[in-house]
Amino acid sequence: MLLRLRRWGPGLLLIGPSLIVLAIFVYGLIGYTVNLSLQKRHDALPSEGYAGLDNYKNLFTDPTGRFQHNLWNLLIFTLVFMGGTLIFGLLWALLLDVRTRFEGFFRTVYLFPMAVSFVASGVVWRWLMNSGQGDNAGGINSIFQGLHLSFLENKWWTTPTWGMAAMAMPAIWQLSGYIMALFIAGFRGIPVELREAAAVDGASTWQLYRRVLFPQLTPTTLSALIITGHMSMKMFDLIMSVSGAQWITEVPSVYVWQTLLTYDYAKAAAIAVFLLAVVAVVIVPYLIHVNRAEKRS
Amino acid sequence: MSIDVAAPPIATRPPAAGGRRSGKKGRSPVATTIRYAILLFFVIVVLMPLYVLVVTSFKSGREIGVDGAWNLPTTWTFASWAKAWTALGPSFLRTFELAIPVALISSLLGAANGFVLARWRFPGADVVFTLILFGMFIPYQAVMIPLGQIVQWLGIAHGIPTLIFVHVIYGIPICTLIFRNYYATIVPVEMIEAARIDGAGMLRTFAYLILPISIPSFVVTIIWQFTSSWNDYLFAIFLSSTRNGPITIALNALAGAQSPDYAASMAGALITSLPTLVVYVLLGRWFIGGLMAGSVKS
Repeated sequence: MLLRLRRWGPGLLLIGPSLIVLAIFVYGLIGYTVNLSLQKRHDALPSEGYAGLDNYKNLFTDPTGRFQHNLWNLLIFTLVFMGGTLIFGLLWALLLDVRTRFEGFFRTVYLFPMAVSFVASGVVWRWLMNSGQGDNAGGINSIFQGLHLSFLENKWWTTPTWGMAAMAMPAIWQLSGYIMALFIAGFRGIPVELREAAAVDGASTWQLYRRVLFPQLTPTTLSALIITGHMSMKMFDLIMSVSGAQWITEVPSVYVWQTLLTYDYAKAAAIAVFLLAVVAVVIVPYLIHVNRAEKRS
Repeated sequence: MSIDVAAPPIATRPPAAGGRRSGKKGRSPVATTIRYAILLFFVIVVLMPLYVLVVTSFKSGREIGVDGAWNLPTTWTFASWAKAWTALGPSFLRTFELAIPVALISSLLGAANGFVLARWRFPGADVVFTLILFGMFIPYQAVMIPLGQIVQWLGIAHGIPTLIFVHVIYGIPICTLIFRNYYATIVPVEMIEAARIDGAGMLRTFAYLILPISIPSFVVTIIWQFTSSWNDYLFAIFLSSTRNGPITIALNALAGAQSPDYAASMAGALITSLPTLVVYVLLGRWFIGGLMAGSVKS
């Protein structure tokens, strides 16, 4: 018994406190929220018992279609954000994969928006995405005018249906540098021998990238997509800062906040759990895959 | 394939890099010019919002109209900076009281967890690690409703102490990941074995042998946690107010009004971003390494 304690004790002492708080504050509180989402608790008063899945059903049967509208916004934002960061991140990494003068300068510039908070960047992007056009044009629209590209002027995030694509622009500005850093690391992680072998075989630069290097970057791409994808599901700060809480740019994470302001705890819990489920459906298989892959190697 | 640290920071070139790059001589000058042109174009695009922030923050009220919004101020004034500082000053100092303890405490916890998980193959270690990591990905809305209540029940003071507490807890997964990957790939097993043979227990090995060589990971997690707790708005809006909360709350109050004072808001956004930008510029090399360390690579 004593021997066991000496063997396991110190390790438990180091890791135990963290495991306990995570068990409570991640899994315990998620459990509480799930439980709450199944109850009739729609004001500051105590619960009036269980309601089954009614809170979830009500989200989808709401005559205003608010939740579907939320999900549409989230989908548009996510696709544009993930696509944009991937394209710019990969492009910048490719441009810097060749010996470049002032490489450190370029990298630093591309990456710096990452250090800025979404709240602060929202301040400037709200100004840049001024929806005024023509004589009232401001921000980017007035640049378009100056360049005689007036046909590009648009109402940015106030555009009906597709406005969230504009809302993704600040997020792309902030995170593309991060994805670039991932890809630079990915390129540098590829053994030099592979490039040399391709050169000996007479591969052109295009063939080198297409056939040799890109296939090696699949894991990096997967990480990049996982990171931007889950950030997108959580996106709250940026939207609150650019547009504030309003219908046209509402996503589930903002809807939770709005619902809590009306003390409808059960409904807020149902939205939050739905969001968590969407994340879990992607993340759990990913973590299991990573874990298995590690064991194999 | 592994969940591993993509360190070393990309600023340090591997010795082999010279070799691989030398194989790419003889590019056409046209291609090189185009490449630099594209790189510079993106520099301008990326810096554009920063330009707007700086220029607008120095303009006087009359100049912030629509016309010439992109121009430099005709007269430079610090009035908006003064106004922004009046609004943000108290929370600026408070946010240091938040971000510094968060950075230090979560890093220490991450080091302890990472060491145990990397070096101690207890049954179910992988499952435990996966369960810890999942905490990194959850939308915090899913814990937010009971979080306020439990923190109050624990008797932790509202505002900064509460925020320190929650940022430390929800920072454990990422810090654990960074240290675990560092220990799993960088610290030689023989070193720990040697210490064990010399009769050093796990705690002593950790304190005297492992902690001193963990500085690269500490730099990474400290920057990471400092930045994310400084920049956080979600926990702040749920668990604090403008009276006792961090700077993001104060900035949003300043900038979020119906007809905001753009010059003061932009000066405020710059003040808010200054500490993280300084940290980033001074320690950027490690920051980049840290970004990559934070990625779960498969």
